Amino acid sequence: MKASDGAVLAIRVHPHDNVAVLAADVQAGGAVRLADGTELQAVEAITRGSKVALIPIPCGKAVIRYGEEIGKATKDISAGEHVHTHNLRRGE
Amino acid sequence: MSADFVFQGWRRPDGRMGIRNHCLVLATVSCAAGVVREVSRRLPAVVAVEHAHGCGRGGPDLGLQVKTLAGLVQNPNVGAAVLVGLGCEVTSPLVLKSAASASGKPVETVVIQEVGGSRKAVDQVEALARRLLGELEDLPRQTGTAADLMVGLKCGASDTFSGLTANPAVGKLADRLVQLGGTAILGETTEMIGALGPLLKLSETEEVAARLRVKVERQEALAHEILGPLAGRVIAPGNVEGGLTTIAEKALGCIAKAGSTPIRQVLDYADRPSRNGLVVMDTPGYDVETMAGMAAAGAQVILFTTGRGTPVGFPAVPVIKISSNSELFEAMTDDIDLDAGPILAGKSAAEVGEEILALLLRVAGGEKVKAEINGQAVFAFAQEGPAF
Repeated sequence: MKASDGAVLAIRVHPHDNVAVLAADVQAGGAVRLADGTELQAVEAITRGSKVALIPIPCGKAVIRYGEEIGKATKDISAGEHVHTHNLRRGE
Repeated sequence: MSADFVFQGWRRPDGRMGIRNHCLVLATVSCAAGVVREVSRRLPAVVAVEHAHGCGRGGPDLGLQVKTLAGLVQNPNVGAAVLVGLGCEVTSPLVLKSAASASGKPVETVVIQEVGGSRKAVDQVEALARRLLGELEDLPRQTGTAADLMVGLKCGASDTFSGLTANPAVGKLADRLVQLGGTAILGETTEMIGALGPLLKLSETEEVAARLRVKVERQEALAHEILGPLAGRVIAPGNVEGGLTTIAEKALGCIAKAGSTPIRQVLDYADRPSRNGLVVMDTPGYDVETMAGMAAAGAQVILFTTGRGTPVGFPAVPVIKISSNSELFEAMTDDIDLDAGPILAGKSAAEVGEEILALLLRVAGGEKVKAEINGQAVFAFAQEGPAF
């Protein structure tokens, strides 16, 4: 789903989440917008259904979705970056 | 809509409220399945249920069989039942009738070996079922409220959006229903592996939390024992391709269906809650077996979210299908009752939760769900050990 200005909607489930999920594919440099109007720029192409970092997440810090930790960053992640198996692992 | 949440259903002798008024014809053992099938051909108005069990199992499984089948007989959507057995099985019609007697509803029994074979049994079952159907037609409807409703929560054939759209919307519905005095059952213990922390936080008491921990850790140990190195694959390759990274993430998406009210009880499979509100039931993740446990507990409706689409239904219990994305809703419109996909276009989960509540009320008042219209009614239930 895209807004009329071309921005891609991303869904943040819980206010504490530092990632959101894209409702449509976004190109590198494309605009990503949350329901509350917050906007950021995708630093790379990210596909629909994938997670995008909303704020910088330093290596070793918790990645938060549903207001809960879903794992830890395995490298520094910048805002607008794709978050998946290459930079996130289950925290033990 | 708290003041408006009333529907016309059937109050059973045990006080529970049915939203359907079915005559169940149940094979108590697999050997009686052919008779039940023939009766359903002659008399399509009955809900005919057969299964592959009823004998040849160890003690714990036989207990589970009796509990589950008797629970289905007692489900308030069933107004009357004919139990059809062979005669030498463990879960005989008399055992089940006695186990279900507290419901106070009319239950008849036919035993194939006693009546002299399957043809005579079919005739007898048909005659009994015709009489019971007539009696059920004469039962007057009575007014029920949200407090009378028990809803099972289920997700199956999930996709990456299930945990983002349909499940959180069902969570909002669960919150509303509980607020109105109703009951919601969260199952699928396998899917709770990785989400124990948030579930413990929702637990109303220390005792509930301790019991929940035991159930989830047991399931995790079982997964490691049976699946070995594959246990980590509880998150499937398809999940990862879809964008899910960790088990915790997948589990959190699943338990989003429970909403945010306190967990008041943790039940064994097919056990009946003794309190209203949100409860957890220890069930497999497998769709039909999970629904059987919930139906045996007395759930009159199942709310079923799906991302890839499934036609599955359940005998006597309407299964409301909610799609996680609008493409699925359009592609499988014959199978899906409501679309949570518009959340991807900016609609809130709470808005969709209200739509589900309104649909639930209509279904409680008699509106048929797609699975009922399609005649989808599959039955299977959970077993622990090997067959003997």
